[in-house]
This record gives sequence, C-alpha cells and structure tokens, in this order.
Amino acid sequence: MSTLVFSGVSQRFQTPGQDNAVQVLEAVDLNVAAGEFVCLLGPSGCGKSTLLNAAAGFVQPTTGTVTFANRLVTGPSPERGMVFQEYALFPWMSVADNVAFGLRARGEAASVVRERVDGLLRMLRLTEFADRWPRDLSGGMRQRVAIARVLALHPPCLLMDEPFGALDALTRRSLQEELLQIWAELRKTVVFVTHSIEEAIFLADRIVVMTHRPGSVKRDCVVALPRPRDQADPAFNAFKQEIGALVMAEQHAYEDAERRSFTGD
Amino acid sequence: MGALNSLARGLALPLVLLAVWQGVCVAGLVNPQALPSPVAVAVKWGEYLAPPQPQVAGQSWLAWVFSGELLQDAQGSLTRVVLGFAVGLVLALPLGLLMGALPWLRAFTNPLIQILRPIPPIAYIPLAILWFGLGNPPAVFLIALGAFFPILVNTISGVAQVDSIYLRAARNLGASPARIFVQVILPAAMPFILSGVRIGIGTAFLVVIVAEMIAVNNGLGYRILEAREYFWTDKIIAGMLSIGLIGLAIDLLMDRLNRHLLRWHRGMA
Repeated sequence: MSTLVFSGVSQRFQTPGQDNAVQVLEAVDLNVAAGEFVCLLGPSGCGKSTLLNAAAGFVQPTTGTVTFANRLVTGPSPERGMVFQEYALFPWMSVADNVAFGLRARGEAASVVRERVDGLLRMLRLTEFADRWPRDLSGGMRQRVAIARVLALHPPCLLMDEPFGALDALTRRSLQEELLQIWAELRKTVVFVTHSIEEAIFLADRIVVMTHRPGSVKRDCVVALPRPRDQADPAFNAFKQEIGALVMAEQHAYEDAERRSFTGD
Repeated sequence: MGALNSLARGLALPLVLLAVWQGVCVAGLVNPQALPSPVAVAVKWGEYLAPPQPQVAGQSWLAWVFSGELLQDAQGSLTRVVLGFAVGLVLALPLGLLMGALPWLRAFTNPLIQILRPIPPIAYIPLAILWFGLGNPPAVFLIALGAFFPILVNTISGVAQVDSIYLRAARNLGASPARIFVQVILPAAMPFILSGVRIGIGTAFLVVIVAEMIAVNNGLGYRILEAREYFWTDKIIAGMLSIGLIGLAIDLLMDRLNRHLLRWHRGMA
C-alpha cells in the first residue's frame, strides 16, 4: 500500500573548497501510504527539506533509494508536484499562465488548458486574479496559485516544503483548512515539511519527527485525533506537549551545534 | 497640476542659464567667435534644420522636410547607430545566452572577454580604418563593438543568476529544456539583458559621433567637426544640442520599452 518509499536514504554534501563533507541525512527509512498525509517535523538543518528534494528528484541520495509507485525516482516529475515556501511562481506570467504552465508543457489543447485553469482558479477562489501578475497578490494568494499550478497536472502526490512558513497566522490557518479540504476531496498523498508542531498535528495523519544533523527518523507517530481537529482540545494539547518535547530536544542539539561552530570548538 | 509644476521646476535652471548666457554675450564680455549668443545659436540651428530649397511640385512634404542638413545628418547618424547596434546585439545576445547557460563555455571564454572588455571602442579606430578603410564599414564596426560588450556581459550575468527555484519549479511541472530556456531563463534574465541593451545603445551613440569625426563625411559628428574648420561656433553648439536631444530621445524610448517588457517586474511600471 506504500506509494512513496525511502530506503536507507543518506545524503552528504561536499562544499567546494572544504575538506569535510556534511552528512545531512543518515539512513532514512520511511514509507508513505497512498492518500496519506505525512508531516516531516524537525529543527532547521535536520534534513527534512533535503528528504523532500530527494522525493521530488531534485537531488539524488548519496546512498539509498526513493521509489514512487514502485518506480525509482531519478528526476523531477509532475506526478510528484512540489510546492515551495517561496511560492516560485513565474513573476513574468499572469496567474492564469502560471497555472497553465504545466498543462502547456504537456502539450494540452488550448480549450483543455482553459477549462482546467478556470476550474482550479474557481476551486482556490482566485478567479478574479486570473489576469494579475504574481507581484500584485498577497502571500496567501500566491501560495494558492502555486497549489493550483501543481494540481493542474493531477499529481497523485504533493510535496510541500514549509508552504505556509512565510504567511501570517490567520492566512496560514485559512490555507491549512483549504489544503485539508482539497486533500479530503482529491485524496492526494501529501508529504508536508514544517517546523510548526501545531501545524503538523492539525494537518497530518502521521508525524515523522527528525533528529538534528545528520537527519534520521527519531519518532514516527500516528495522529489519532479525530478530524476536524480543535487546537483547544485537551487531547490536542497533550499530544502537542509530547511531540514538542521530542522536537525541542533536537532544537537544543541544533543550537548547541551552532554555538560550537561559532566558537570553533 | 503636478506635471506642470515639475515641468516649471525642471525648466527654471536652463532658462536662467540661457538668460545669463545671453546677457554675457549682449554685454560683450566674450568673443562671439568663442561663444556666440543663444539667439545666434538658435538662428543657426534654424538654418541648419531648414530645407535648402522651397518645396518643388511632386515632392512629398516629408521628403522636403528631411532635405534639411540637420535631419540628413541625424538620419545618417541614427542609421549607423541602428545598424551597428543591431550587429552588436545579434552577436552578443546568442553568445551571452550560451555563455550564461553553459558554465564550461563561460570558464573557457571569460578570461578573453575580461581582457578585451576594458579596451574602449575608440581605441580600435586605427585598426578599424586599416581593416575597413574609410566610410560606413569602420563606423559600423566600432559602433557594433561599443554595443557588443555591455550586452554580452549583462546577458551572461542575467542568465547565470536566474534563481534556481524557477528552474526546479519548471522541471517539476514537466517542462522540456527548450521550454525552460524560452519561457523561464529568458524572461528571468530579461531585466539584466535590457539594462545591457540600454548601456549598449548609449555606447553606440557615443561611438557614432567619434567614428563620424574620423571615418565619414556626413552625420552629426562629422558636421560639428566640419563647423570648427569654418569657425562656426554657433553651428557646433547647435549640433551638440541636437546630439543631446537625440540621445535623450533614444534613452526615453529604451525606458518605454523596458517598462513594457518588464511590466511584471517589481519596481517597474
């Protein structure tokens, strides 16, 4: 039933001109089931974004493999649609052209493109922005466009790299709810990177807490709370404390490492 | 009202200077051969601009207007600028795009470019005359050279500095390398390319004046040098002001083009 499978994924990055390579990921084994919503949670530098980039096919693991739907991931593909924290909208294209980009790249007929783009803009409540430039839009609207842009190609899997990290709290909340609605409706497999504990608990079926460098799976836990989840619910908060303790231990490891590298010990 | 105000503010200093200049000349404080009065310059400018003969039957109005010496010269200079600039652009743009996109090619060619780039185009004049003789060919060569390097260097850095996140997003959406080049790299590099084009056409206009002083016998650059032979200081100044106005017009045109092509860009429009 697993669709996205990481087996023994390790990643070392060699900075040019430096002797020692950085071990970012260490033997990560992780299975994501079709239709599952998994959050990768951890402090900065735990390799959660690198793991996501390996799933997207932007980087090849130094050792180990990533497979999707039983095929080895060797490069980027629209079947694993990526949503970036920085939106990565093409600023020289209108909102509608951004959403149409993948469809046109696939050679769809103009009428098909128009129909699909109109539908997505309606779904994400962007219709009135169709002809605007991305720069005219707020962060939340831009991220809606980015989501519409990957959804256009019917990806079975969404890879989301801290997609709501740059948004204000209210916009973030609203987009989280919209994402859950889309997920419930379209049953996508979602791998969502975040460093927000609340966000992970609010969204995920499963939370994978990662260790500080080199990143590996520290705890893989199912979120057993019923949906829709209520942040004021005592069970939510109890779970938040449990996960919080795990993440904060890694956060302190990260801060200590940073301090050490600064003093040169 | 705001536009009128800023126009008045912008004209104040030139008008004051003109008044002082006229006053100095009327008072006889300077030799008119060295510095003719603004009125004398304006009169000469009018003669320079005016068609030499009355309109003849069958001659179109436009042809008649353009038969004046000034517009003939301006046309000659602009034709050279456009021709030379086009040659420079056609060579620099594809080369810059390739060099920006291919790091190995850039590493291979960059040292040569860094050595050649600081040589002012004007320093090529002796070589240009030896190679191409006199007339338009050396002028076009020098102008092309003047436009070439700014466009090349800006295009290279424009392409090399395309944010990799756009490339990742495009690859993720299934775009082919050709599509990525045309629809992502080219527009992303466009602000750099256009600023290179703008510097390039400015340099081309600078070079055309010098080239005309040396290699050809018409054009604005030739005309002001010719006027010196006859001590027509008024015509020299009229020619200089004409050159300035044409340069300003070119720059305004480039600005309009920039604004149109970069209307998506933050801080433009």
